[in-house]
Amino acid sequence: MKHTLSVLVENKPGVLTRIAGLFARRGFNIDSLAVGETENPGISRMTITVDGQDQPLEQVTKQLHKLINVIKITDLDPATSLDRELVMVKVKADETSRSEIMQIVEIFRAKIIDVSKSALIIEVTGTREKLAAIMSLLRPFGIQELVRTGRIAMDRGRGLT
Amino acid sequence: MNSARVILESLKREGVDVVFGYPGGSVIPLYDALYDFDLDHILTRHEQGAAHAADGYARASGKVGVCIATSGPGATNLTTGIANAYLDSVPMVAITGQVRTNLIGTDAFQEADVTGITLPIVKHSYLVKRVEDLPGVIHEAFYIAKTGRPGPVVVDIPVDLTTMDFDYDPEGVQKIDLPGYKPTVKGHPKQIKAAAQAIAEAQRPVIFAGGGVISANAADELREFALYAKIPVTTSLTGIGCFPEDNEELSLGMLGMHGTRYANYAITNCDLIFGIGVRFDDRVTGKISTFAPGAKIIHVDVDPAEISKNVAVDVPIVGDAKRVLVDLLAQLKKHDLSPERHLPWMRQVADWKRAHPMLVAQEEEGEIMPEYVVRMISEITKGEAIICTEVGQNQMWAAQYSTIRHPRHFITSGGLGTMGFGFPAAIGAKVARPDKTVIDIAGDGSIQMNIQELGTAMNYRIPVKVCILNNQYLGMVRQWQDLFWNKRYSATCIACQPDFVKLAEAYGAQGFRATKGNEVEEVLRVALASDEPALIDFRIKRESNVWPMVPAGGSLGDMMGEGDR
Repeated sequence: MKHTLSVLVENKPGVLTRIAGLFARRGFNIDSLAVGETENPGISRMTITVDGQDQPLEQVTKQLHKLINVIKITDLDPATSLDRELVMVKVKADETSRSEIMQIVEIFRAKIIDVSKSALIIEVTGTREKLAAIMSLLRPFGIQELVRTGRIAMDRGRGLT
Repeated sequence: MNSARVILESLKREGVDVVFGYPGGSVIPLYDALYDFDLDHILTRHEQGAAHAADGYARASGKVGVCIATSGPGATNLTTGIANAYLDSVPMVAITGQVRTNLIGTDAFQEADVTGITLPIVKHSYLVKRVEDLPGVIHEAFYIAKTGRPGPVVVDIPVDLTTMDFDYDPEGVQKIDLPGYKPTVKGHPKQIKAAAQAIAEAQRPVIFAGGGVISANAADELREFALYAKIPVTTSLTGIGCFPEDNEELSLGMLGMHGTRYANYAITNCDLIFGIGVRFDDRVTGKISTFAPGAKIIHVDVDPAEISKNVAVDVPIVGDAKRVLVDLLAQLKKHDLSPERHLPWMRQVADWKRAHPMLVAQEEEGEIMPEYVVRMISEITKGEAIICTEVGQNQMWAAQYSTIRHPRHFITSGGLGTMGFGFPAAIGAKVARPDKTVIDIAGDGSIQMNIQELGTAMNYRIPVKVCILNNQYLGMVRQWQDLFWNKRYSATCIACQPDFVKLAEAYGAQGFRATKGNEVEEVLRVALASDEPALIDFRIKRESNVWPMVPAGGSLGDMMGEGDR
């Protein structure tokens, strides 16, 4: 089962290595990882998506807690949290296909951020499902390159993670 | 103040009075400052020896052990000792030199990524980048090493940071700000109540105590608790000494693979395990599905990650062993504990003890029996000596046949199982406790892994006594080959070995040998009476095995004895 962990860490050298190393040692594969400063520059937030059973994941979470630089870990419940990912995708596009692609972009409320004679770069933000849906529509045109930020997530309402 | 001196001043502030180390290019400035500084330095003959000595010092004293090594190979030689301290939760600070800041990452001479290499085997580590961080980092390192679940902390210091001048304000650095590190000390009152209830209701209870009781300095509280509740106590290997083994009624000795039959039978048949400062490691539990099948489990540990890691726990309590035992005893006293509540169980346990005593023979087929040597050591020293061990058969015989009465008196590499640990650890223990007789019970294989530390023992006249149970085999592996690999003794015969008596003498130490059972006591008395480091070569029965035994992955209730091969 997929889990999204929101991890608050001290912004210190080596923190990412310590965390990534711990997952690897305990046999977990990190699906996606996004790191950045929070409202406090001394503290960063990592959003980590992993695939794993609840029990071994609980053990990893406890081990993560033992890292001195880890401040807080929340296993986000998909029912009460929001998640987003940003993708930039370069799609083959000539004058015959360009308008059809632009329609798809509009429907998904994505953005075209670069145009050239033979390709478009599209920026799209959304949940994993939305991104999968637009990708499946763009694929027939020929995806030349794709880059994604990794998932970030936040609890709904007033709750703080 | 010179920054190398600041490092030493910072150590001093943490209460350090001795460090174990080995110099090298990247720590020359640090050693220069040490030259006329009021801090004892023990020069070992190998960095691994320094790490193990710091470990032995820490275990014997309860203080943080400190070792120093240079960059590159110096630091990598510490790693086995750091891993050893990590697995057994020993408070240690390892200071390593690093190449100059501007050379880091260039594959410079004697450069190794020490914080990277040690990442999985430290509680925490630092690569210091700014000289003004030094005092704060050292203060934090000690705080982390000794609080919560203790462990090793590495402080890697580039050499250029040790030759600078800076304003050292000792008062300014004593504040700890670690928002992610707040060890839980006090157990949750609700859980304490639940535990007391379970203990009061149990008809067949057992206490399973481990190294955590010793590191929390909670042996007195454990004894008081066990005596009050009248519950038998078994210990893990690293827990030996946390409960007096000469308590005939309540001490069951060690459990697990080479534990006593009565401890393993008691665990298998009990209805409640009160586990404290233990981690239910595989050498203890055997086959998990048959481990204590009818038992409710209370588990107290300062490290929440240990709870329900290996066995499912019914009453988890996160907290410091000492604090929890005090609170739990107070809670238990509110219950009406009748001594009759578990009388049949106490009778049963006594019957098991009577039926399966740990007997020793002096000789078999004209050769010395190892168990006899261990028993004699224990008797002659009246259980007051600090016993260190190497790893393998010697370690198991030492654990089974010594009668340890005090905490911090049995020092062994439990988790990592490091051959070569015992001798340098014994040196560290003797430095910590000069008032104590310190004995390393060794095998002929293990002792050769750090035999060079005879030089250290002689250099500082540290009168450690090494008792080699010499069977000219790597005995524990040979035992497995004997029992499970059709006696194919692949690479375990080490009959080609030095004359240990002459070797000791070559270093200027005393050397002794015993080849007959009736020589054992006399040789021990002479060796222990002297103030010199001594090495005794006990020629034991070559193919003696450690009994009883639960084969790896077997059930504790199903032990093999001598007759079951």
